This record gives sequence, C-alpha cells and structure tokens, in this order.
Amino acid sequence: MADTILVVVEQREGKLNRVSWETITAGQVIAAQTGWTLEAAVVGSNSGSGIAAIAAEVAAKKLAKVYAVESARLEPYTPDAFAYALQQLLEKHPAKLVLMPHTYQVRDFVPKLATALQTTAISDVIGFRSEAGKLLFTRQMFQGKFVADVSFAGNGPCFVTFQNGSYRADKVEAGAAAAPVETVNVEIPDGIIRNKPEEVFKEAKQAVDLTQAEIIVSVGRGIKEQKNIDLAKQLADALGGELAASRPICDNGWLPMDRQIGSSGQTVAPKLYLALGISGAIQHIVGMKGSRSIVAINKDSEAPIFEIADYAIVGNLFDIVPPLIEEVKKAKG
Amino acid sequence: MKILVCMKQVPQKDAPLKLNESGTWIREDVSYEVNEPDAFALEEALRQKEKHTGEVIVITAGPARASQVLREALAKGADRAIHLEDDAFVGLDAYNTARAIAAAVKDEKFDLIFTGLQSDDYGYAQTGVILAQILGWPHATIIMQIEKTDAGIRVKRELEAGFFQFVDIPLPAVLTIQSGINKLRYATLIGIKQAKNKPLRKVALAEVQSAMGENLQKIVKLYVPQKSKNTEFLEGPPAEVAKKLVEKLKNEMRVI
Ligand SMILES: Cc1cc2nc3c(=O)[nH]c(=O)nc-3n(C[C@H](O)[C@H](O)[C@H](O)COP(=O)(O)OP(=O)(O)OC[C@H]3O[C@@H](n4cnc5c(N)ncnc54)[C@H](O)[C@@H]3O)c2cc1C
Ligand SMILES: Nc1ncnc2c1ncn2[C@@H]1O[C@H](COP(=O)(O)O)[C@@H](O)[C@H]1O
Repeated sequence: MADTILVVVEQREGKLNRVSWETITAGQVIAAQTGWTLEAAVVGSNSGSGIAAIAAEVAAKKLAKVYAVESARLEPYTPDAFAYALQQLLEKHPAKLVLMPHTYQVRDFVPKLATALQTTAISDVIGFRSEAGKLLFTRQMFQGKFVADVSFAGNGPCFVTFQNGSYRADKVEAGAAAAPVETVNVEIPDGIIRNKPEEVFKEAKQAVDLTQAEIIVSVGRGIKEQKNIDLAKQLADALGGELAASRPICDNGWLPMDRQIGSSGQTVAPKLYLALGISGAIQHIVGMKGSRSIVAINKDSEAPIFEIADYAIVGNLFDIVPPLIEEVKKAKG
Repeated sequence: MKILVCMKQVPQKDAPLKLNESGTWIREDVSYEVNEPDAFALEEALRQKEKHTGEVIVITAGPARASQVLREALAKGADRAIHLEDDAFVGLDAYNTARAIAAAVKDEKFDLIFTGLQSDDYGYAQTGVILAQILGWPHATIIMQIEKTDAGIRVKRELEAGFFQFVDIPLPAVLTIQSGINKLRYATLIGIKQAKNKPLRKVALAEVQSAMGENLQKIVKLYVPQKSKNTEFLEGPPAEVAKKLVEKLKNEMRVI
C-alpha cells in the first residue's frame, strides 16, 4: 500500500467547515514525522456546492495533491453516497491513514465506510505519537476521565477522526505552490442511496441569546433536582448574569433548550463562566472553552471540567453556593 | 413493529474509576448502570410498540453483571431479552461488538434496530452504524424523533449547533438514538413481577465467535489526561472558599 495520508475535508453548501483546517494541520504533523505523502479530498457536487472552489482553497496548503470527488448524487449529503464515493476513491488511490474531523456528518458515515473496507476507525482522537515505528493515537474515554493510547491492527486503511480543537487551524502550513487538483468523477448507481433527507432547519424560536452575556452561571446534573435550579438562579441574579445548563438539564425540561451550552446548543465566550456540578464532557466544553475565565465547582476532584478551569473548587455545591451568594451580594453592596 | 434495542452496561456516572494494574482498563469493582442514550432507545421502542403494536427485544453483550440491564428493560416492558454473556465482551472494538450482536440475532427479522448514539465508556459512536453496514441496512444517527410512514419511517436527526433535519428511510433500518428524545418511564411493581417470567436467552461467546475477528484497534495504555491549564484550586471550608472566590471575581477576573 502506498504510504499516503489522506485528509477528507468537510463542506456544506459550498462552504468549508473550518475544523477541516485542524485536520489538515494534524495531517501535516503526522506527515512530517512519518515522511508519508499528504493528500486531501473534497466530496460533493459541482453544481450544488461548487467543490472546485473549495478544492482550490485547500490546494493552497502544503499538500501533495487534492482530489475533488464529484457526483451530483453527493448532494444533499447521505451516508450511502459518501461511503460509496470514498470507497471508490480509496480503491483507486489507496492510503494508509485517512483523517477526518469528528463531526456529526463524519460520525454518520465513517463507521460504514471503514466496515465496508473491513477496517476500523479510531474516533474522537486528540493526539498522535510514533513509538518504535508504531503509530499511537490518543483518544478520550470514559467521558474524558481517561485518555487511551490506541494502536491499529489490520491491513488498513486506518481511519482516524479528530476531536474539535485537538490541532490548531492557524498552524496549517501553506504550500510553496498550489497543489495539483484532480477531479474524480464517481458513478453512483441507482439504488445505492436509500435515505431521503429534507432541508436542514433550525428550531424556530430562540428566546435568549447567551452569546452576548458577560457572566454565565451554568448548571449540570450535580444540581440533582429541578427545585434546586433556583439556587443557581439566585447566584446568577446576584452576579447579574444569565443562567445556562448542560444538556441533561434541558433534556429533563428543567431549563428551556435555548439555554443549553455545547455542541448541540449554544457556543458562548463570556467574561465569566461558572460551572456548577458539570463534569466537563467534550460536547459541553466545545461550547464554553473560549470563555475568558472559567470557574468550576464540582465534588469530584478528578472531574474533567477542572482541566480547563482557571479556578477550581472541589466540594459540594449545596454547601458552597449559599455563602457564595451572600459574599457576592456583600461585595456588590 | 419488531424492534431490537442494543443496551450496554457502563460504569455509573458518579463512580470513582481506578485503573487496573496493567493500565489498560479500569478496575471492574465499580457500580454500573445502563448507558444513558440506550435507556432512551428502549423508551422509544416501547412507545413505538404501544402505537403500532409489535415486539421489543433487548440485547446486551457483557459479563454476568450486565443481565441487570436486561432485567430492568423487561420490567419496563420489553418482551424478551438476549444476553451475549462473557467477560471478553468488555474488551471488544465496535466492529467485533456489532459482529457478535449480528450473529446472535441472525435468525430473527426485525423492522428496526435501535442503539444509543454513543457509549459512556468507550465512546466509539460506531456500533450502530457498523451493525447497519453488516446487515446491509440503511441507517440514520443522532435521532430525536421517529414517525412511521407508509413507506418506512421519517426521523428527525440532530445536527450541530441547534440544526435539525428530517430524513425518510425505508425499513428495515438501524437508528442511533440521542438522549432526550423522550421522557423515560419508571418500572412499575407489576412490571418487575412480570419480568421474572419473560424469556431471557443466553448466548455464549463460542456461539458467535466464528463471526468475529481480531480487534482492529487496541488500547496500549489508559491513563489520566495531563492538565494543560494552570488551575488554581481554592481550598478551605465553604464560607472561606466563597470569600476567596469573590476576592478573585473582584480583583482578578474583574466581573464584580
Ligand atoms: C452527540 C452529542 C451531543 C451532545 N451535546 C451536548 C451539548 O450540547 N451540551 C452538553 O452539555 N452536553 C452534550 N452532550 C452530553 C455530554 O456528553 C454529557 O453527557 C453532558 O454534558 C453531561 O452533563 P453534566 O456534566 O451536567 O452531567 P454529568 O456528566 O452527570 O456530571 C455531573 C457532575 O456533577 C458533579 N456533582 C454531583 N453532585 C454534586 C454536588 N452536590 N456538588 C458539586 N458537584 C456535584 C459530579 O461529580 C459530576 O462531575 C452531548 C453528547 C453527545 C453524544
Ligand atoms: N456490549 C454492548 N452490548 C449492547 N449494546 C452495545 C454494546 N456496545 C455498544 N452497544 C450499543 O452501541 C451504542 C454505541 O456504542 P459505541 O459504539 O461503543 O459508542 C451503545 O449506545 C449501545 O446501544
């Protein structure tokens, strides 16, 4: 098999998903260490999203080649068409490693593609190491409480999906000259695509815009019961901030959905993000890690939220929040 | 509709986890619970059955302790259960788990298979989609709503950043269910009683092993992540900690 690394970038409606740059950075880092050739692929249709323009944008980076994988049937996205098209590409242009961002779309088709090729996808990877000629990929496990170094067995290609933020988009290296773009037209026969997707939409009303809040008090499952939400509300009011929550709180209906922070909710960057009884799962962290200051109160000293907190208080929130409210009120006079 | 629900037993959310001696897995002496989205998957299957009639079958692959998950599911209303029972099922990659499950149910005809969208321990987010590929069925992931239609089903997929999408899918199909799709029920006393008489089939590893292969990914080392940020821990009794924090809020974070 050719010693090639292929990065599959993600686009929707002709716009590159910015996390794709992170994956290209990851590819460049691995290519530098292994000496393997780095290529990229854009998948879509030319009429729909104009993937030629994206291919050209990607080709400006330090890459050996860019494939524009094209078929009218690749738009709108379906897992059947994507897995089929990429299988065609990989059969024609084999790769040892295939890298993608760990987006919802990739989660939807990469296990299918890897299985169709009788190989595996190492998902949600945050780092990479080469040890005695063996590639080790680091991935989060147990909801971020542990990480594991994972090795790959089999004939490949080995698929690897990178967690949002693992590599830096602004570290992507530009090429000396534009990489050649090769259009790969794939024939997707009738009957391959079984799902009929409709237009993507956003649930109509979004009453609160947390992105403008300077102070956010956010509650997680550690709050235990709906009636205790009021305690967090009192703290938010004392601080003059907004109340937000992790997903389970909104799933339970204890707070409305539009107060959910995270990958499926809002992304915020307030001056202060105060997390009460939130464990710090990656899907939550992606929505708030840009906050200027992060304070976490959690009874578990090993909760992953402490890894990104500026100030940490290990303890029972029900003991700490009441005196905290008092102190804040005092300080504010 | 005949629906199979894949349910996994995972360490309880609040359980303090310790590494085993070889540093490749956790020590198994912790408390366990059902993987959260799998509970929602079961609830959804029960609701579909209540609407359209049919049968709900639950399956788990895991050690003897995992039968607890099946008993709870039967008490909530599942009709029967299958337990792929062996300690070895704990250490499988998603491809092998899916192959084992597919082999265990090869003589059954389901309209739908539900899995959770992700397990809390491995977090592969793959088993359901792989199962669909093995069976040659269509699939859809991160599902927040399911309606039966004349041609199959119409599902609502959750996408990133508050976006959604409806997708029409023919049956049979595999769906991976997102937490929060419905409101969970509790088992009733009658349910718990009735569960004792419901069928629970055990399947040994040997019965499915020929369908499986080597793990294609292996954990070389499991460890606590290194902290990258300089976190300041505020310590002391609650009143004192509260004072310290307000001090920081005022003078360092400057939000008061
Ligand atoms: C595809 C996908 C999308 C997702 N999208 C989102 C999203 O947008 N937003 C989101 O938040 N999650 C999302 N999740 C869920 C996410 O993975 C976690 O399950 C969730 O964030 C956990 O919420 P939590 O921290 O409140 O609960 P838990 O993980 O249960 O943590 C509760 C914490 O409270 C602490 N605690 C308990 N009691 C006390 C006490 N008395 N005092 C102090 N601390 C206490 C515990 O130590 C624990 O750390 C998503 C998951 C998936 C798979
Ligand atoms: N050992 C298992 N037994 C039963 N179901 C499982 C098992 N492992 C994974 N699953 C199912 O697959 C889903 C996704 O798991 P994973 O691919 O590990 O993230 C889980 O939510 C379960 O529904």
